[in-house]
Amino acid sequence: MIRRYLGLHLQSLVDALRRLGRQPFATLLTALVIAIAIALPVGLRVLVNNVGSLSGSWQSAADFTVYFKREVPTERARALSREVAARADVASVQFIDRAAALKEFRARSGFGAALDALDDNPLPDTLVVRPASGAAGDVEGVAAALRKLPETDLVQLDTQWVARLRAMLKLARRIVDLAAALLAIAVAIVVGNTIRLEIQNRAPEIEITKLVGGTDAFIRRPFLYLGVCYGLAGAALACLLLFATLAALGAPVRDLAALYETRFALTGLSLRESGALLGGGALLGWAGALLATARHLRAVEPR
Amino acid sequence: MIRFENVHKRYPGGRDALAGVTFSLERGELAFLTGPSGAGKSTLLRLIALIERPTRGTVLVNNRNTARIARRKIPRFRQRLGIVFQDHKLLYDRSVFDNVALPLVIAGARRREIDKRVRAALDQVGLLGRESSAPITLSTGEQQRVGIARALAPRPDVLIADEPTGNLDPELSAEVMRLFARFNEVGVTLLIATHDLELVQQMPHRRLRLVAGRLESDSARK
Repeated sequence: MIRRYLGLHLQSLVDALRRLGRQPFATLLTALVIAIAIALPVGLRVLVNNVGSLSGSWQSAADFTVYFKREVPTERARALSREVAARADVASVQFIDRAAALKEFRARSGFGAALDALDDNPLPDTLVVRPASGAAGDVEGVAAALRKLPETDLVQLDTQWVARLRAMLKLARRIVDLAAALLAIAVAIVVGNTIRLEIQNRAPEIEITKLVGGTDAFIRRPFLYLGVCYGLAGAALACLLLFATLAALGAPVRDLAALYETRFALTGLSLRESGALLGGGALLGWAGALLATARHLRAVEPR
Repeated sequence: MIRFENVHKRYPGGRDALAGVTFSLERGELAFLTGPSGAGKSTLLRLIALIERPTRGTVLVNNRNTARIARRKIPRFRQRLGIVFQDHKLLYDRSVFDNVALPLVIAGARRREIDKRVRAALDQVGLLGRESSAPITLSTGEQQRVGIARALAPRPDVLIADEPTGNLDPELSAEVMRLFARFNEVGVTLLIATHDLELVQQMPHRRLRLVAGRLESDSARK
């Protein structure tokens, strides 16, 4: 029983593939339309994800600097820094004592002569704090706590722009998701319309099959397989398009990253994501075909 | 096997295709449905095959009231009915074998069973050996016989035929009719619509004559 059932399905699949193969150009065009509709949102999503992971690698952007008051002795500042480092919400700290800071400033800035004119070191002891969590609220919490210390002169937070970038990325993701939903509907409609034409072309065959007792499921099956094949072919082409695009962008992105002294490579689709894409394409094709058959098969009644 | 009780069929526009038709066909009987074109022969057969529903009256097939057969049950019902069409209604993009096998495939028969039955049916109509031919390469008479083989393959209890000799020359027509008579001998109930009165009168079977939607004469009721 099951073997017979599977046999019928296999037959429908083979039949669908043969039909597609018989008119390769029309098939390719349809598959290409589907591929572009799939590749567009998926490609944008890949882009957004890449920017997201890039901003994630700027973890240091959540770091902030605590400037101690100049009258606080370095020993006291050093002790404080150890206390801060022990906090649960702090990942690590880097203490820069004023003497070291002055030395470095002298070496780097070229203001050595001007500094010599000063009686004492104008720089305070500073502490670079890396919070345990990069989330804007957590960073703010740590900063607020440190700001309350009587020895603190100033806490300089520079995470505003990171927060803005994250918000923008969130918005971009949402927009891409909406576009993806719309284009998914478009894919189902493209497949549905193609199936509708196929039903029209094969009306005599459908009529005859109905006359000799073909059930709705029997008649619908080859069209559903046709829809699945279109969806799969479109998704496979979309994968190819994406891989080709990423390959073309790979080298320039690497060069650009090198200029910013970071190492960054585009992440494409994983094997699992590609699989999900193919599955999604097949599902959309099936849905489109189901819609078309539900609407149009009934219209073909024996006359 | 087939019973019509006061059956009316009115098409939109007010034309009465059938008006008060009553008759019954017993199991194993063969009857010819004659009458001029437009008399309602095709309509009567279409009511049996549930291609259309009567406006009034009752049609029973195999003791089942066809009015009680829901749309989604129609395929099953038709699977037990052999139908032969004047225009053959073959699938021209498939081989003779695939055409005859279609009702068996629909019914979910096994591969070996399909093979056996298709050959048996083609043998009965004298087309064994033409399985892989395309229908278009066959003559009209041969195509008609493929259509008959398709109707026979699932071994139906009832076979209805609408002008099965409509496009055939007299010699082929007589041959097809003899074929039907032979099926009848093995117990199949047949109702055959034809306007070929001359041919039918040479045969000893029952004749129902329709004129303008009414049953004008029934040779069994003499």
